[in-house]
Amino acid sequence: MSLATGLLVVIWCSATAYTLLAGADFGAGIWDLLAGAGPDGRRRRTLMEHVIGPVWEANHVWLIFVLVLLWTCFPPVFSAVASTLWLPLMLVALGVIGRGAAFAFRKAVATPRQRRAFGVTFAVSSLMTPFFLGAMAGAIASDRVPPGIAAGAVVRSWLNPSSLLTGALAASACAFLAAVYLTGDAVRSPDADLTEWFRRRALASGAITGALSLAGVLVARADAPSLYHGLTHRAAPLVVTSAAAGCAALGLVVVRRYLVARAAAGLAVAAIVWGWGIARYPQLLPGLPVSQAQALPATLHATAVAVAVGLALLVPSLLLLLTLFQREQR
Amino acid sequence: MVLAVADIAPRSQMGFSLGWHIVLACLGVGLPALVLFAEWRGQRTGDPVYRLLARRWARALGVLFAVGAVSGTILSFEMGQLWSGLMDHYGSVIGLPFAIEGFAFFIEAIFLGIYLYGWDRLSPRAHLLAGVPIVVAGTLSAFFVVTANAWMNSPQGFREENGKVVAVDPWKAIFNKATGPETTHMLLAAIMVTGFLTASVYAVAMLRGRDDAYHRLGLRLSLGLGALAAPAQVVVGDWAARYVAEDQPIKLAAMEGLFRTGSHADLSIGGVYVGDSLRGALHIPSGLSLLVHFNTNGVITGLETVPPALRPPVAIVHLAFDTMVGIGFGLLALGAWFGWTAWRRHRLPRTRWFLRAVAVSGVAAVAAMEAGWIVTEVGRQPWVVYGLLKTSAAVNPARGVGWGLPVLVAVYAVLTVVLVTVLRRMTRDTPVPGAPQDADVDGYAVV
Repeated sequence: MSLATGLLVVIWCSATAYTLLAGADFGAGIWDLLAGAGPDGRRRRTLMEHVIGPVWEANHVWLIFVLVLLWTCFPPVFSAVASTLWLPLMLVALGVIGRGAAFAFRKAVATPRQRRAFGVTFAVSSLMTPFFLGAMAGAIASDRVPPGIAAGAVVRSWLNPSSLLTGALAASACAFLAAVYLTGDAVRSPDADLTEWFRRRALASGAITGALSLAGVLVARADAPSLYHGLTHRAAPLVVTSAAAGCAALGLVVVRRYLVARAAAGLAVAAIVWGWGIARYPQLLPGLPVSQAQALPATLHATAVAVAVGLALLVPSLLLLLTLFQREQR
Repeated sequence: MVLAVADIAPRSQMGFSLGWHIVLACLGVGLPALVLFAEWRGQRTGDPVYRLLARRWARALGVLFAVGAVSGTILSFEMGQLWSGLMDHYGSVIGLPFAIEGFAFFIEAIFLGIYLYGWDRLSPRAHLLAGVPIVVAGTLSAFFVVTANAWMNSPQGFREENGKVVAVDPWKAIFNKATGPETTHMLLAAIMVTGFLTASVYAVAMLRGRDDAYHRLGLRLSLGLGALAAPAQVVVGDWAARYVAEDQPIKLAAMEGLFRTGSHADLSIGGVYVGDSLRGALHIPSGLSLLVHFNTNGVITGLETVPPALRPPVAIVHLAFDTMVGIGFGLLALGAWFGWTAWRRHRLPRTRWFLRAVAVSGVAAVAAMEAGWIVTEVGRQPWVVYGLLKTSAAVNPARGVGWGLPVLVAVYAVLTVVLVTVLRRMTRDTPVPGAPQDADVDGYAVV
């Protein structure tokens, strides 16, 4: 494996971490929107706020990490994607601002009216961000972002069947992950009676995500032939893994084995991310393989050293954060 | 001055979003140190005033950090949305500091989560220790991100052939000639902004009659921080100016509004640069030659040495430079007044003019810091990478990119109003008790 591919794997792992961790935070925002009125709605929101409060900022950094590694190691890919897709990226930016700021503000203020206003902003932008990130992924996956600066269409590159479907898939996958994780959090919390509410939503959103994934394969067949070829050949095992893990996750939620269900749900979503990557490797953009997109060797070496040192510091810190407050809940 | 019309909206958008973010970034560097100091003193002395200060500062820090994290993310998007040409061409040269900054910011975010949410769950010592990585990582992330800007001023560590980068030494790119003065200047500025801005909050409260132990301590700690950094900043500012004189003579000429090259160059204060001359300025004969070369015969390069198309907008740069230096010396004087009275009389100056000065010092410190960025960024024009890549050639040519500016201005305007309102509400919802007791401290939730 070349150094560039190794760093690509790091980028893809970071993207996976972002999807599984920050994705669930966005999903919690989506459920916040649908948590209902009255005291029960308030308790559901409080539980979600309690769970994502300590971790969402750290989870969010995975996105920044993907971006900086991408522009350091594969500059032409970053500049092509960000210039052609500047408009959906702007919408993601608005979602990022709205979600983060409104969440922090909502915790800080006390009056119900203000909390509601911030809550709506928080929830709507939690839906918007994964949708447009997914639409961008769909644009790249369906070969609509050619190499070169602003070489693709400003609107049609991300307003097309593939992008709309991946956008919807991303949002529903976030909701599914969040519901499965939160079911496990609820059952261990003092508000264990909320479990059933999250459990039903985990099942419903899981079914929707599964249906959208199937539809995605069909859309890819019609709209993104090279992706479809990859998904049905080299990446086929991952597609099967995703389907099997998704079904297993639903089954485990049905029989109330929430902790294992978390792992299965995470695997189902991660397999989609990796299925896309492996279906297209080594092509990063149409006609731009890793070997032509990679930065100069000295940069890759220095980045690899920085990543190795950085991860050695980061991983234990992250595990500390993620386990510290999970353990507390018991 | 000649400005390419095509890049004016993206440049304004970048300047605006960076200028907005940087205020929060400064607080992200300085505030954790203040919180940690107050917490440490509180643990050592058991004084509820220190302990309450730490908690209330930490609560504000949580909100400010969240908003800073998102406004910083926007900047990373804009690097590609707006400056695709820069990233495409030089991404592999200046990517590394951003990658390291990414790690540092990650560590900062993780430990901030542990620190804020672990306030009543960790042991006092463990909690204090959890705060240390926030200070260290915050400083490092500011350092590395500024090295990327330093590289744009002093591009080094690579070789180009036929307009393509063919060899890179990323560490040399990070530790370029501008890195030392620019990063030090910025870190001190961050400390000054934190110190004076925080102090101004207490000065306003004291002017409104809240002259109690809590407000006096809040003012003393934060103003002390700003007062310590101010004299160091004068020395570092001189270092930065010397670097500019050596490496970016046209920027220095713009800062001083100096058209003609020559010895015995005057130091010009104030005035307006119109046509090719500075009008209405106060001139100190041979002052500039003396400052840069320690010799009145020292030759200073003027704007005339480059064609008009390669000169930055002189009027803006000169005004911004004088604003920064003027405010900087004002803050130095204020810090000296405070420090002298504290040292000789062990108290704050009694006149209300002192509190009034502190009350405006926060906004003034922010204005000086922003003016400093205008000097370095506008002064570098028309180049984005000094002498190598024009800003107009780096911009994303896609249709409609210019619309990002009005959208972002509108969003940030709302965000500013809401942020200030929320911070004020946080104070009003749980007012500071006249004489804080331990129960007041323990009852105050950080998150």
